[in-house]
Amino acid sequence: MARLFPDAAAALDGLLFDGMTIAAGGFGLCGIPEQLIAGIAASGVKDLTIISNNAGVDGFGLGVLLHSRQVRKMISSYVGENKEFERQYLSGELELEFAPQGTLAERLRAGGAGIPGFYTRTGVGTLVAEGKEHKDFDGETYILERGIVADLAIVHAWQADPYGNLVYRKTARNFNPNAATAGRVTIAEVEAMVEPGSLDPDGVHTPGVYIQRMIVAATNEKRIENRTTRERA
Amino acid sequence: MAWTRDQMAARAARELKDGFYVNLGIGMPTLVANHIEPGIDITLQSENGMLGMGPFPFAGDEDPDLINAGKQTITELRRTSYFSSAESFAMIRGGHMDLSILGAMEVAQNGDIANWMVPGKLVKGMGGAMDLVAGARRIVVLMDHNDKAGGTKFKAACSLPLTGANVVDVIITDLAVFERADRKGAPFRLVETAPGVTADEVRAKTEASYDD
Repeated sequence: MARLFPDAAAALDGLLFDGMTIAAGGFGLCGIPEQLIAGIAASGVKDLTIISNNAGVDGFGLGVLLHSRQVRKMISSYVGENKEFERQYLSGELELEFAPQGTLAERLRAGGAGIPGFYTRTGVGTLVAEGKEHKDFDGETYILERGIVADLAIVHAWQADPYGNLVYRKTARNFNPNAATAGRVTIAEVEAMVEPGSLDPDGVHTPGVYIQRMIVAATNEKRIENRTTRERA
Repeated sequence: MAWTRDQMAARAARELKDGFYVNLGIGMPTLVANHIEPGIDITLQSENGMLGMGPFPFAGDEDPDLINAGKQTITELRRTSYFSSAESFAMIRGGHMDLSILGAMEVAQNGDIANWMVPGKLVKGMGGAMDLVAGARRIVVLMDHNDKAGGTKFKAACSLPLTGANVVDVIITDLAVFERADRKGAPFRLVETAPGVTADEVRAKTEASYDD
């Protein structure tokens, strides 16, 4: 049953250990669990393997954990916007496993669904396929990819009820529902805690069974990475 | 005269058929959205979890929770739906996207595409490109015909690490359009040249073999 904690430090208490794997929701800086990332940084836990589509930017998002050198390995699909990441990777301090974005999302989904592996066409004939089992189905070649279960998953949601039912907002959903299922323990950072019964049960995105701990983070920065606008006609 | 980037995008827009669900890659492919012809109804997918992507917002209306795969602020439409990344790539991998338009560093005459890494240079990652080329039903590549050093980008074989093998159906460059009938051995065919560009000029600037 999901329990509400007063802040990130309290929610993370007793869960962190050196060398652990952490799955994080978010796409770029959209829908990232800002407070939980800050809490992990403050804890000093190290040698982390972080599973996240992106690696944040310098000084924000997961970039904070890179800067404090708490990350040993990233499993990501795209790590473009981060100079410190580049530096650590090129100097060999940081290990990197690239996974195609859809394969990464499905690895989390599968891991959370008790599926240890699945076959996909994505990556066949590329570096991604090297060392992986190949198998033909109906005349097409597929590769075996492994599900991911993380020691801890950290996600961001818009609304939660006290039972851990989550609703995400717009494209801030992204990897959050998939990461939420893939944690042995999952902590949700939510913008608003609503009264029991006020979420439409038909509109719940992540059922509360996946969520063990929650914090309310109403004051996140929600930085925009690439502000694009058009002129009013 | 070679096509401009906007003219290339306009040519690529003619590949879109009424009712298509389409994913546009980051960069030049994004421009294609500006050239969709009236009467052609297209639903754009953004692989971070959205179908029915609208234009950029007016200044002051930006929403940090509403971005596209290039992390640009965008808007929603009346048809919009949102979903998780796993759902997004399920619809890509499952063959539900009619078409995807991507940029490329190299395309080979057998339909291989390379657009994510240059050995020895810093690799930023493939993002969703490998999933898109493996999953979308039709793959259109939008790229310059030659690189900045004048080298050919439509090659006999890719020299760079692949994004996908035997996946490209149409190549639109600033000089010409190539297309192949299937992915079962049909050769690419030169189907169009930019105004004032001759088939001989295209041939001279292309390493790949193709049919006229």
